[in-house]
Amino acid sequence: MSFPASETDLGAGVSASPTSLATDGGRSGGGRSRILRFAVPVFMLVLLVAAWSLYVAAYDVPHYILPSPRRVAEALVADWSVLGPALLVTLKITFLALLIALVGGVALAVLLSESRLAELALYPYAVILQVTPIVAIAPLILIYVPSTQAALLICAWIVAFFPVLSNTTQGLKSTDHNLLDLFRLYGASRWQTLAYLKMPNALPYFLAGLRIAGGLALIAAVVAEFAAGSAGAGSGLAFRLIESQFRLNIPRLFAALILLSMTGVLIFAVTSFVSHLLLRRWHESALKREV
Amino acid sequence: MLQSSREPMTQAAPLISLRHVSKRFANGTLALNDLSLDIAQGEFVSLLGPSGCGKSTALRIIAGLANASGGKLEWPSASGATPVAEHGAEISFVFQEPTLMPWATVFGNVHLPLKLKGVSRTAARDDVMAALDMVGLAGFADSYPRELSGGMKMRVSIARALVTKPRLLLMDEPFAALDEITRFKLNNDLLHLWSTFGWTVIFVTHSVFESVYLSNRIVVMAARPGRVVEDMTVDAPYPREEEFRTSSLYNDYCRKASEALHRAMEASEGS
Ligand SMILES: Nc1ncnc2c1ncn2[C@@H]1O[C@H](COP(=O)(O)OP(=O)(O)O)[C@@H](O)[C@H]1O
Ligand SMILES: [Mg+2]
Repeated sequence: MSFPASETDLGAGVSASPTSLATDGGRSGGGRSRILRFAVPVFMLVLLVAAWSLYVAAYDVPHYILPSPRRVAEALVADWSVLGPALLVTLKITFLALLIALVGGVALAVLLSESRLAELALYPYAVILQVTPIVAIAPLILIYVPSTQAALLICAWIVAFFPVLSNTTQGLKSTDHNLLDLFRLYGASRWQTLAYLKMPNALPYFLAGLRIAGGLALIAAVVAEFAAGSAGAGSGLAFRLIESQFRLNIPRLFAALILLSMTGVLIFAVTSFVSHLLLRRWHESALKREV
Repeated sequence: MLQSSREPMTQAAPLISLRHVSKRFANGTLALNDLSLDIAQGEFVSLLGPSGCGKSTALRIIAGLANASGGKLEWPSASGATPVAEHGAEISFVFQEPTLMPWATVFGNVHLPLKLKGVSRTAARDDVMAALDMVGLAGFADSYPRELSGGMKMRVSIARALVTKPRLLLMDEPFAALDEITRFKLNNDLLHLWSTFGWTVIFVTHSVFESVYLSNRIVVMAARPGRVVEDMTVDAPYPREEEFRTSSLYNDYCRKASEALHRAMEASEGS
């Protein structure tokens, strides 16, 4: 006697194999939903800019109060020689801070999760650094560090580093106990356990930390530059923003603001995309649910 | 040397021997008390008992994943006095959960034990594919665990246990979370593999039917403190197929084991 139903065991797996996932997605209107995903936000944006434009024209709002989208666009082009380099400076600080935060955050997370002593000694200070508002620390750093660029970098790093550290530590520590036992049973070295088990397990946590850190690095770079800007030594977007405010050059202020938010959106998009690429095959968060 | 006969060989030196083993956890729980057990080469032994009677603890001690608080664990058939730790290479463990790495493919998961011993992907390919073939999953080498059903994940877990060609296979309620049809199928597959390769299996279960169907020896345990209360032989010939499940011999053994389990549970409550 045989159990025909045992074949469903395999059958279920076949229907859930990755290829069929893709084709099913294509058939069940995946194309349409993709168009919608781009069309709706673009349409919203057009609507918003049109409303803004109409409002300024209808009420004859002076450009030093609220410039029309057209004026902002003109300022963006005309002042590019000022705004472009400023954008570059802000981007450089943000990404460099993020990079150091990633390397440092992961390295420290590994240290803290591998050594209880290091955790007891260092973690409280990481928390203190995190909970103290960066605007309050920035002036001190600006005094102690001779180069403004370096000071800004340190500020952005302090803020971006903590989410990476805390998330990665959490991920390293939440490794399945049975898998840890299995590694022990097979005589895995400490390094093998870290590289083949704990690190991959921490990846989704790390990537969540990365997404937060990316946004925070930009915010911190701007806030720190505000603090430094009053000292008159900045040339990033934040400094241009304040400068425009002083000079009542509102179109340029808007242009700088748009560049900043676009930078933020870009960082978010890039980090989300990287996260999706790394997790799409296996992590629940990146998988499409089929109904 | 021992031949690969299916009969328990009480006269030959046992493969492993637990001598008055006890285990007390840091919180004071006495999980095992004075457990003595000889397991012969080639035996299929089931540890049967109510939950909390120390079955998992006993298995973990045998695997070297936990230390006994008292008594000792010996490998008498091994040459000389090899320390227990050196038998790690010969032991495989299958947990109740499939315990697969979600980020690795089926191939990657089965490759793991060999990878940890420094065998590269290419060098391990044949062994890994052979192990997957044994459990009928050769076509799924590139799938990820989440694309598989519960039964298939368990098969991957078994393939990973087999890839090192272990001498001793420890299984901790491996099929408890599966539906009955899948469980029966995997029972048959396991018996088939066991009769082909002749490893020693220690199989933890709380199912009377499963223990009778699979094993040639059932060790019944009671809880608080964990101890052996009955050690019965299931004297039914292999290969056992589905007909065995409906035979009167099977029924008799199930009744015997069931009674022993009830006595064990009463003994647990009485203490
Ligand atoms: N790590 C632990 N710390 C404290 N008590 C434990 C631990 N693991 C198991 N126990 C206790 O030991 C006893 C036996 O557990 P276990 O071996 O898991 O039983 P079984 O597998 O038979 O259900 C139970 O009472 C359980 O609560
Ligand atoms: Mg258990």
